[in-house]
Amino acid sequence: MVTSKPGTITLHDDWIDNPSPRRRFMDLGELHAYRELIAFLALRDLTVRYKQAAFGVAWAVVQPLVGALILTIVFRLVVRVDSGGIPYLLFAFLSYAVWTYFANGLSAATDSLVGNAGLVTKVYFPRLAAPLAAVLPGLLDMMVALVATAGLMAALRVGPTVALVSLPLWIVAVCLVALGLGLIFATLNVRYRDAHHGYGLLVQVLFFASPVAYPSSLIEPGWRLLYYLNPMAGVMDGFRWSVLGAPAPPPAALISLLTGVVVLLVGLRYFASAERRFADVI
Amino acid sequence: MPASAVELHHVSKRYLLGEDHAPGATLRDAITGVFRHRGWRHRGERAEIWSLRDVDLTVAAGESLGIIGRNGAGKSTLLKVLTRITEPTSGVSRTRGRVGALLEVGTGFHPELTGRENVFLNGAILGMSRQQIKREYDAIVDFSGIERFLDTPVKRYSSGMYLRLAFAVAAHLQADIMVVDEILAVGDADFQRKCLGKMAEVERSGRTVLFASHNLEAIVRLCPESIWLDRGRLLARGPSEQIVDAYLASGVSRTPTSRYDDPAEPVALRSVSVLDASGRSSAVLRRAEPFTIEVCFEVARPVPGLDLSVVLSTLRDVRVLDEAWSDSTATGRGGPGRYRARLLVPPALAVGEYTVGVWLGTAFEAVLWQEGALQFRLEGDTHGRAERLVQLSLGWEVQRVPTTDSVGQRGCDWTPPDQVGA
Ligand SMILES: Nc1ncnc2c1ncn2[C@@H]1O[C@H](COP(=O)(O)OP(=O)(O)OP(=O)(O)O)[C@@H](O)[C@H]1O
Ligand SMILES: [Mg+2]
Repeated sequence: MVTSKPGTITLHDDWIDNPSPRRRFMDLGELHAYRELIAFLALRDLTVRYKQAAFGVAWAVVQPLVGALILTIVFRLVVRVDSGGIPYLLFAFLSYAVWTYFANGLSAATDSLVGNAGLVTKVYFPRLAAPLAAVLPGLLDMMVALVATAGLMAALRVGPTVALVSLPLWIVAVCLVALGLGLIFATLNVRYRDAHHGYGLLVQVLFFASPVAYPSSLIEPGWRLLYYLNPMAGVMDGFRWSVLGAPAPPPAALISLLTGVVVLLVGLRYFASAERRFADVI
Repeated sequence: MPASAVELHHVSKRYLLGEDHAPGATLRDAITGVFRHRGWRHRGERAEIWSLRDVDLTVAAGESLGIIGRNGAGKSTLLKVLTRITEPTSGVSRTRGRVGALLEVGTGFHPELTGRENVFLNGAILGMSRQQIKREYDAIVDFSGIERFLDTPVKRYSSGMYLRLAFAVAAHLQADIMVVDEILAVGDADFQRKCLGKMAEVERSGRTVLFASHNLEAIVRLCPESIWLDRGRLLARGPSEQIVDAYLASGVSRTPTSRYDDPAEPVALRSVSVLDASGRSSAVLRRAEPFTIEVCFEVARPVPGLDLSVVLSTLRDVRVLDEAWSDSTATGRGGPGRYRARLLVPPALAVGEYTVGVWLGTAFEAVLWQEGALQFRLEGDTHGRAERLVQLSLGWEVQRVPTTDSVGQRGCDWTPPDQVGA
C-alpha cells in the first residue's frame, strides 16, 4: 500500500477496483497489508476476555485441569483406558488443553463475522481478517497450558523426546483446522444464525471421534482409514507424540493431513465466494 | 483537467428482499426449501430493490462533492460501493489513493475497552497504521477534551463523551479520499459544530471529499458541487446551490396540494396547499423563507360567524400553530360563495416535517375538521440544534464588561446599549 500526502494523487497510487479481480482462495498481499488490524482485533478479544476475569490467565490452566480430572475419573477409574505408559492425568491434561483451543477457536471464528457486524457493514477490510483474528487469542491459553504441561511432566518424571521439535508444526496444524472449519461455519452463520448450534453438534461428535480421552491405538486397524478422516485425530496424535513421547502417529494419520488441507481449502473457497455479500446479508 | 480520484462506471446495485435474506433466517428454512424445490422457484418471486441504477460519476482529486436525495435514494449505498464495503451488482467503481470511510462515528468501539485502547483499535479499523495513531495520539486526546477519562472503559462514558472521542479519532484520519455519510445527524450541538468545522478544514486541505447529508445548507457551504440521487439514479450534477434548489423544487411531486370534492352542506373544503416564497406549491420548503398555506373552500348556504382555522403540527403531534380567520377578521364571515384563504407563515418554524390540519366551523359547532390534510417538510440548517420547535435567530446583545466592575448579586452590571461608549 502506497501512502501519499493527502490530496495529491501521485503516480504511485494505483486504481483500486470494486468489484476487485476475483481471488479464488485469498489475497495474501492484502492480508499482509492489514496485519495490524488483525493484531488489534485479536488483542481486543484477548483484552476483553481478561479484563474482568479475576483469575486471569489461571483459567488457561484450571480449565484443562478440571477437564483432565473428569476424564481421569471416567476413563481411568471407571472404564480403565490404557494410556500407554504415560500417566493418564498428564495424557488427559495435554489433550484437553489442545481440545479446548480447538473448540474455542472454532466457536470464536464461527461468531467472528456476526459478532463484528458493525465493522462488516461500515468499513472495508479483508473479511478473512475477522476469523483469522478470532483463532489467535486462544493460542495464549494453549501456550500457558503447554507450560503447565511441562511442569506436570517434571513432577511426574516424564522426560521430553526429540519429537518436541515438531511442536510448532502441530500448533500451526490445530490452528489451521480450527480456521478451516471456522471459515465454513462463519460463512453459514452470516445467513443462518443456527449455524452456531451446528458448530456445537460438530464439536460434540468430534470430541469422541478424536483421540482426546483415549489413545488412537485403541481404534481397530480396520477402522483406522475412516477414523483419520477426522483431521483432529492426526493433530491430537501429533501433540502427544511431540510433547509426551507417545507413539508416533501411524501412516494412516496422513489422511488427517489430507482432509485438514482439504477442509482449509474448501473453507477459504467458500468464504471467498460468499464474502462479497456479507455486508448485504449480515 | 485534474486527475480523477473516483470513477464509477455504470454502477448498479440490487438488493434482494425476502425470506432467504431476512436476518435470523434459519438453516432449516434453507434445507426444507431445497427439499421442496422452493429454493429455485423462489428466486424469481423475491422482491428486489435497485439501490443504484447505472450511475456514472467522476470526481476529480481535491474536489468536494455533496450527495443529496430522499431517504432510500441510494446515498449510503453509493458510499458503500465506493469504499468497497459492498460490491456493485454490475459496473465498476474505482478509487485512487487511500480511502477513509466515516459512515458512522465510533465504528468498532468496544464498551469494555478503555478510551485509550479504543483510540488505537478504532484508528486501526479506520485504516490508520499504529505509527500514525501514535503520532496523532496527543492531538486526538486534545481534540476530544476528555483526557481525564482515557483509562476508563467507554461503557462508563456518557454518550456525548463517547461521540467526542470517536469523532476525535475520525477527525485525525489521514486519507486521500474522505467519504462521509450523515455523521452529523447525531450528537449535541457542540459536537455538530465541531464536525462541520472539521469538515470545512478537511475540504480546505485539498483532499477529495464525498459528503452525503440531509443538511442542505451544510452541503452548500462545504461542497461547491453536488449530485442528486433519486431512487438509485443520478438525476443531476452541478453547483450545489442549483442542485439543492432543483431538489427542493421537486418536492412538488409529493402532492403539495390536496383536493376535495365533497358536496358543500353547508360548507366544504376544496383544496389545501403549501406555497413556497415564490408562490409555487411545494411539499419541501426552505426553512429560512416565509411560506404560505392556501385553503380553498366553498360555502353553499350562509353560515353566520363561519370561522376557518389552520393547524400545523409536528409528526409527534405537537401543535405548533393554530391560526384562525377570526383572529384578524372580526365580522362579516360566512356569506355563500367560493373562498381562497392564504396564511403567510414567517420563517419561524424549525427544520422538520409538519402536517396541516384545517378546521371549519362556528363558535358553537365544528362543521368540518380535516386532520392531516397535507404534509410538508422544512429543510435547512439547524445549526446543530434540531431539538426545537421554533428557530427565530433572535438578535443577541453581547458586550464585554470591565473586569474591575463589581460582579455583585445581580450578576454583572449592564449598560443599556444606547449608552455604550457614551
Ligand atoms: N442490506 C440491504 N438489504 C436490502 N436492502 C437494502 C440494504 N441496504 C439498503 N437497502 C435498500 O436500498 C435502498 C437505498 O438505501 P440507502 O441506505 O442507500 O438510502 P439513503 O439514500 O442512504 O437513505 P437515507 O437518507 O435514509 O440514509 C433502500 O430502499 C434500502 O431499503
Ligand atoms: Mg443513508
